Amino acid sequence: MTALVLLDHDGSAIKQPARSAVAAALHLGEVHVLVAGHGARAAAEAAGLLPGVTKVLYADNEAFAHGLAEPLAALLVALAPGYTHVLVAATAAGKNVLPRAAALMDSQPISEVAGVIDADTFVRPIYAGNALATVRSSDAIKFLTVRAASFDPVAAEGGSAKVEDAPGIALPTLSRFVSAELSRSERPELTAARVVISGGRGMQNGENFKLIEPIADRLGAAVGASRAAVDAGFVPNDYQVGQTGKIVAPDLYVAIGISGAIQHLAGMKDSKVIVAINKDEEAPIFQVADYGLVADLFKALPELAAELERTA
Amino acid sequence: MKILVPVKRVVDYNVKVRVKADGTGVETAGVKMSMNPFDEIAVEEAVRLKEKGIATEIVAVSLGIAACAETIRTALAMGADRGILVETDVDLQPLAVAKLLKALAEREQPGLMILGKQAIDDDMSSTGQMLAALLGWPQGTFASKLVFENGGLTVTREVDGGLETVALSLPAIVTTDLRLNEPRYASLPNIMKARKKPIETLKPADLGVDPAPRLTVLKVVEPAKRKAGAKVGSVAELVQKLRTEAKVI
Ligand SMILES: Cc1cc2nc3c(=O)[nH]c(=O)nc-3n(C[C@H](O)[C@H](O)[C@H](O)COP(=O)(O)OP(=O)(O)OC[C@H]3O[C@@H](n4cnc5c(N)ncnc54)[C@H](O)[C@@H]3O)c2cc1C
Ligand SMILES: Nc1ncnc2c1ncn2[C@@H]1O[C@H](COP(=O)(O)O)[C@@H](O)[C@H]1O
Repeated sequence: MTALVLLDHDGSAIKQPARSAVAAALHLGEVHVLVAGHGARAAAEAAGLLPGVTKVLYADNEAFAHGLAEPLAALLVALAPGYTHVLVAATAAGKNVLPRAAALMDSQPISEVAGVIDADTFVRPIYAGNALATVRSSDAIKFLTVRAASFDPVAAEGGSAKVEDAPGIALPTLSRFVSAELSRSERPELTAARVVISGGRGMQNGENFKLIEPIADRLGAAVGASRAAVDAGFVPNDYQVGQTGKIVAPDLYVAIGISGAIQHLAGMKDSKVIVAINKDEEAPIFQVADYGLVADLFKALPELAAELERTA
Repeated sequence: MKILVPVKRVVDYNVKVRVKADGTGVETAGVKMSMNPFDEIAVEEAVRLKEKGIATEIVAVSLGIAACAETIRTALAMGADRGILVETDVDLQPLAVAKLLKALAEREQPGLMILGKQAIDDDMSSTGQMLAALLGWPQGTFASKLVFENGGLTVTREVDGGLETVALSLPAIVTTDLRLNEPRYASLPNIMKARKKPIETLKPADLGVDPAPRLTVLKVVEPAKRKAGAKVGSVAELVQKLRTEAKVI
């Protein structure tokens, strides 16, 4: 049994969720990985260093430069017959392409896999994580998206797999990349951070998110948000944590001015330690918080920044 | 341009679902059911496109048990013109839904199909992508903005690092993200009018599709419950506990 993992990369390094997908694949057998991009050989070389990987396929084409689903799915379909499983991290990019490839192979994909029981049997959350389903696939080739928060990523280095060029194939031109407007941040990515600090509607506006910054700086944290905070335009969409946003499981999650709706909990309740700061002592977030502070955030955040500074 | 909008009947998002004692699934008997929230956004977008003169007809489609007709009625009350119910008691999985929708697309020849990005019951987030694949159409998933120009469509998508815009040829598949629009409430007169709009009922066999599931659900369990911890009295106590007790900072 050999699994193929499509890796998410930035042109030179492999993203952490992709390393979690490799970790999941290692439960299934031998692991080959696929790096698709344009001028991204450095990323393919980096993929070769992932422990446990025995082969890197590198596909270089302008059509792969922006991760468009149509050409990427065509590439996966060309390669899939050599494998028992095709995996990708369950990021927006992964979810965009994998089901497309699966359908072309007449396979029912399994989304957000959080556990591998055996080659055919997987655990996945349903209903915003309020239930866990164990499902068995009867398809010849299994297509999985992997919930990165459920698998510790493999290390970035330690392996020594060779890089081979993927076979060239005819690529569809159904869509065209126009532009991207990516949030720039010096902070770690939400799905890779050891500490995440999220703000909700209680933050009142985008400007107030600055109150979180000195704390995030001190803790090396990523900043996230509830849907309400994103919808209100306080922060960009890619900050959203939850059932329909990003799923995170950091060592420490701090929820500030967030009530704790099930859709939000779905994205963070597997964090190791949860802290909630909320002025309403009845807020549901306190039912999942290890440490709850009933306080006005506008008073608590400056105090927290000062206390971290003082006791550092 | 005709638009087809698949709308799924799901447990209402406000319901706290309960896992059945026998571990076969979640309790749905006597539970409030609604249109999948992302599908409301899809219907709303289609109605706006009709109001702008870009769409000429909106067909709402639901697949599943007879009660899915109610979900179609909701779409009709929001402004869809007619409905198609593909009725079956089979547990429909996204691949089967995609195949049935493909057959409907071949019959109806829409210029655009708008689906939700995710059904909030199975959380699969895959039907639109599979349908696009089977039809050989381009896909604009997780859309937060649609612009029609020069016979094509540009879609702004919510991606991992922010936003991305892609241009698609038509016909195309779009799946909705939360910020595409805010769905309207159906007015009473529109709810009354919707009662007279036609709903056609078909069976999977009429569309030549075998809807048998590919995934067998072996069991469904409740996840481990998180225990509420302690309240702390001050910021200083919080920092001290995080350092010495939880050891996470
Ligand atoms: C289909 C669907 C998908 C969804 N997906 C997501 C998702 O992925 N992620 C997500 O987060 N939500 C999601 N939601 C929305 C979710 O249901 C909630 O509406 C949302 O999480 C609420 O955000 P909030 O907690 O910031 O706001 P609110 O519920 O309004 O809570 C604000 C909190 O701030 C507190 N507060 C106010 N002022 C202060 C102050 N000065 N100091 C301290 N505390 C204060 C209040 O006590 C309150 O508890 C989804 C909803 C639907 C229908
Ligand atoms: N049984 C169904 N009836 C109508 N539409 C459906 C059905 N199942 C899925 N869909 C559509 O596919 C979208 C994504 O569903 P899923 O891939 O299951 O998360 C939904 O938002 C609907 O638009």
